[in-house]
Amino acid sequence: MSAMLLIEQALNGLQYGVMLFLMAAGLTLVFGVMGLINLAHGSLYMVGAFACAGVAAATGSFWLGLAASLAAAAAAGAIVELTVIRRLYARDHLDQVLATFALILVFSEGTRWLFGSFPLYLDIPAALAGPITLPGGIEYPLYRLVLIGIGLAVAAGLFWLIGATRLGVRIRAGEADREMIAALGVDISRLYTIVFALGAALAGLAGALVGALQSVQVGMGEPVLILAFVVIVIGGIGSIKGALVGAILVGLTDTLGRFLLPAAFGTFLPPSEATSIGAALASMLIYILMAAILVIRPGGLYGRV
Amino acid sequence: MRREPLINLVIILLLLAVPLTAQAMDEPFIVTLATKVAILALAGVGLNIALGLGGMVSLGHAAFFGIGGYMMAVLAAPVQAYEPLMTWPIELAGTKSMPLIWLGAVIAGALGALAIGALSLRTSGVYFIMITLAFGQMLYYFAISWPAYGGEDGIAIYVRNGFPGLNTLDPLQFFALAYAVLLLALLLAHRLGASPFGLALAGARQAPARVAALGIRPYSLKLTAFVLSGAVTALAGALYADLNRFVSPSMLSWHTSGEIMVLVILGGVGRLFGPVAGAALYILLEHLLGGISEHWQFFLGLILLGIVLFARGGLIGTLAGREVAHD
Repeated sequence: MSAMLLIEQALNGLQYGVMLFLMAAGLTLVFGVMGLINLAHGSLYMVGAFACAGVAAATGSFWLGLAASLAAAAAAGAIVELTVIRRLYARDHLDQVLATFALILVFSEGTRWLFGSFPLYLDIPAALAGPITLPGGIEYPLYRLVLIGIGLAVAAGLFWLIGATRLGVRIRAGEADREMIAALGVDISRLYTIVFALGAALAGLAGALVGALQSVQVGMGEPVLILAFVVIVIGGIGSIKGALVGAILVGLTDTLGRFLLPAAFGTFLPPSEATSIGAALASMLIYILMAAILVIRPGGLYGRV
Repeated sequence: MRREPLINLVIILLLLAVPLTAQAMDEPFIVTLATKVAILALAGVGLNIALGLGGMVSLGHAAFFGIGGYMMAVLAAPVQAYEPLMTWPIELAGTKSMPLIWLGAVIAGALGALAIGALSLRTSGVYFIMITLAFGQMLYYFAISWPAYGGEDGIAIYVRNGFPGLNTLDPLQFFALAYAVLLLALLLAHRLGASPFGLALAGARQAPARVAALGIRPYSLKLTAFVLSGAVTALAGALYADLNRFVSPSMLSWHTSGEIMVLVILGGVGRLFGPVAGAALYILLEHLLGGISEHWQFFLGLILLGIVLFARGGLIGTLAGREVAHD
């Protein structure tokens, strides 16, 4: 096992992590500000991917597709917030879980209705195709490197938005005391729609970007959604910083675990057994990480509990 | 005012009458459908112990359902392959006997719930939902990537397991078995709710600080309820696996967790017979909508949305009117 391969896998883990962050950031914002658990966040990821694949196929331009994914996911988010989600803020978590589970059924089956059951394929834009040589002679796909860049840039933008703009002040105030800021004349229901649409746009962006690496299909958002929950539990609910740290931790643990564990077992077990035990354990590794963090800090790394 | 017991009686008699009528009309498919209702209702009764009595919103009950199902396959598969279950440290044969399989499923489900519950109950509220979901998903991925028990393909059991004195291959006799287990579980849930333990648990749900001040640890109460809940759901999983004579990782997937929760809520959270009414309604909807459109899940989603937003309290809540128990 060479150091080059290890660095390549670490970069893959980082890329995976920043994409998870885009999902987790929206979820944690929506929970932090509105106190809502949204299972349908994965559906918005799927909407973004389908919008990108559809528009890219029609126009031939990945970038137009990417813009379409942001617009479609934000619009879907805003519509869902206005029609369904805003009736759920005052309800208990159980109703929220059930209603957003119902939304998943509607989104998934609706998408299957529109696009059929076959996966769509989204090509990496020509300008970003192919590998690039990094310092040290490592060949790495340019597109994945760009994803890391986009993810980190969005994270920086989000920190700026929350920390330094008027909207960010309102979001933070909404997290702290929603009645008070409503009394101070902030249109709280409009703020909620904006936050929800923002989270949806981030999920849609992640869906479109990852869609070019994998196939675009119904149900693609759900595994990511559950990983985003793991990220939030690790990072602490409502914390954007926690989401970033948690996402990168989960991305690296998962990718490196799948790479290193079979090799580690291979040092004392026959290869076929080592591969199967290593793969089975690697698939559980992030949940073990989550359990360990729960034991040490039940509120997550940056939680307020 | 006391309409609920009457409604309960009607529901449980209907569930018995439908397969009997179907048998008389020579419609074995409907008998199987009713068996599915009874088994899913049993899983719901299990979840309702955690959800209704204990106020624990677990979105990971597929874990216990799947553990029960896999327990059936683990015990029965060696018999059909003419192999021992294990040779070390003691030689042990598999079994095709339902009572033994059920015992195994209940023990495995209880142990699984103990491990997951002990960790998850360190938190509450939305954390608890996400963590139970994540642990359920962990088992799902484990089942997919562990090749010994079929991996992604699952395992088929060619002949349904036996029960002393019954021919389980006969749909009506297998229904009767599932129905009897469901009745026992309902009795258990009823006795549990009325017992000192159940009252303390209701206290832990409504006012944990007061229960703690009385010298009872809410954590222990909730963990005990969670373990019981997991054990009952695992029993349902073993029966469900026997109904299909097949287990696969999809029993562990979070869609299954969602479905069990949906049918509890459809019937009415915290209502003793809620899961029975909910399972019947769910299977009925699935069957009817499935006959109308291949995209029936789309309409199921819309109906569910309508029920959550406008018909709170579920089917029994709507019929019986008065809100009880659940806060």
